[in-house]
Amino acid sequence: RTVEPLEYYRRFLKENCRPDGRELGEFRTTTVNLGKCLCSITTADGSALVKLGNTTVICGVKAELAAPAADSANKGYIVPNVELPSLCAERFRSGPPGEEAQAASQFIADVIENSQMIVKEDLCIASGKLVWVLYCDIICLDYDGNLRDASVFALLAALKNVQLPSVTINEETGLSEVNLKQKNPLIIRKHPVATSFAVFDDTLLIVDPTAEEEDLATGTVTIVTDEEGRLCSVHKPGGSPLTGAKLQDCISRAITRHKEVKKLIDKVIKSITPK
Amino acid sequence: PGDTSVLAGLYGPAEAKVSKELPDRAALEVLLRPKVGLPGVMERSREQLLRQTCEAVVLGVLHPRTAITLVLQVLSDAGSLLSCCLNAACMALLDAGLPLAALFCGVTCALQPDGTILLDPTARQEQEARAVLTFAIASSERKVLMANTKGSCSVEEMQQCLAAAQRAADTIFQFYRDSVRRRYSK
Repeated sequence: RTVEPLEYYRRFLKENCRPDGRELGEFRTTTVNLGKCLCSITTADGSALVKLGNTTVICGVKAELAAPAADSANKGYIVPNVELPSLCAERFRSGPPGEEAQAASQFIADVIENSQMIVKEDLCIASGKLVWVLYCDIICLDYDGNLRDASVFALLAALKNVQLPSVTINEETGLSEVNLKQKNPLIIRKHPVATSFAVFDDTLLIVDPTAEEEDLATGTVTIVTDEEGRLCSVHKPGGSPLTGAKLQDCISRAITRHKEVKKLIDKVIKSITPK
Repeated sequence: PGDTSVLAGLYGPAEAKVSKELPDRAALEVLLRPKVGLPGVMERSREQLLRQTCEAVVLGVLHPRTAITLVLQVLSDAGSLLSCCLNAACMALLDAGLPLAALFCGVTCALQPDGTILLDPTARQEQEARAVLTFAIASSERKVLMANTKGSCSVEEMQQCLAAAQRAADTIFQFYRDSVRRRYSK
């Protein structure tokens, strides 16, 4: 396995399964932990921990107040940041964010923007004066492949968990008053879910690759769908060329996965709400 | 196309630093410099897209332990920047004479709010569009080498854009042939 990893994998793939016992189209067990009671960050306004097999990603959302930009007076901001600290995998060194972390941050920003998950106008408190800024920090604690799926999932779960205190502007002083007792959840319009595939030898497509599989793959594809079956993002950074039909297969699988994930999130949220 | 222009410079295969060299293939590096300002996160993700696209076509195994550096400077941006970068990269690879498995070209499609597909949109059209999709199409069997979308669209719309991009790829490959012919016929 260590000397000829590609050959080792090829033998498994010929039988249509993988070394860890999964089928080509099967995902690893996904677990989600939301909010302050079960784990996660107590100082954040919303948090979630997602485990996709061994890949562990935690997302914390902090909401702060700021003045809006001059050209978009009624829009708030969402600032995602993906960190891959050196503890999660030996190939990442500490220091300024590497290319992978930056590309992942850009990917998450694109997903939020494309899917209109949070409409920026909803984050506005007083047009031209005060808006919410949501800092989403996504940190990978254990990297075993498929970072993008886990990050998108963690972000979605954390945002659903966020409770924003209501803010009113005092007419006389012009200052804002934050009412911590009264909290409202964030309005989330769409629920995007990412599905990643690894391409082997220009033909085989496997779902949810582990770190080993990602290294051996000749290419990767990530598809983000929302609940209406619309594509929010198709991200195929190079790698072996795919025909249109293969891409279509990926999309269909992504849509099925979306339903599974949505059910999982709804179940978890229902289990923590009656408090 | 249009007013967007990108200058591409290719250096290599050259000696690689020990920390960067790969034992069995060439190490490809892409640097994208925006017109103003320092390269940011957006440039990084574009660099990654370009790098992996180039890695798929460049026969790196013929030049192990070397480094190939591709530097792209954006001269002006009037829409369809990513596919302009892709085309510039491919022509640079061709011009340098590096062994390639296939040629590729970049095509951008904009999906307008009323559903019509527009190829090579200008910056204004990109902003008005519901979705902007960029594809890198390979010359062998018109397969999809790279895909990047901005904005959401339905699956059928994506397939339509893909088909339109594949047709447009033919025109671009013809342009490559003409340019190369012109260069080497003198």
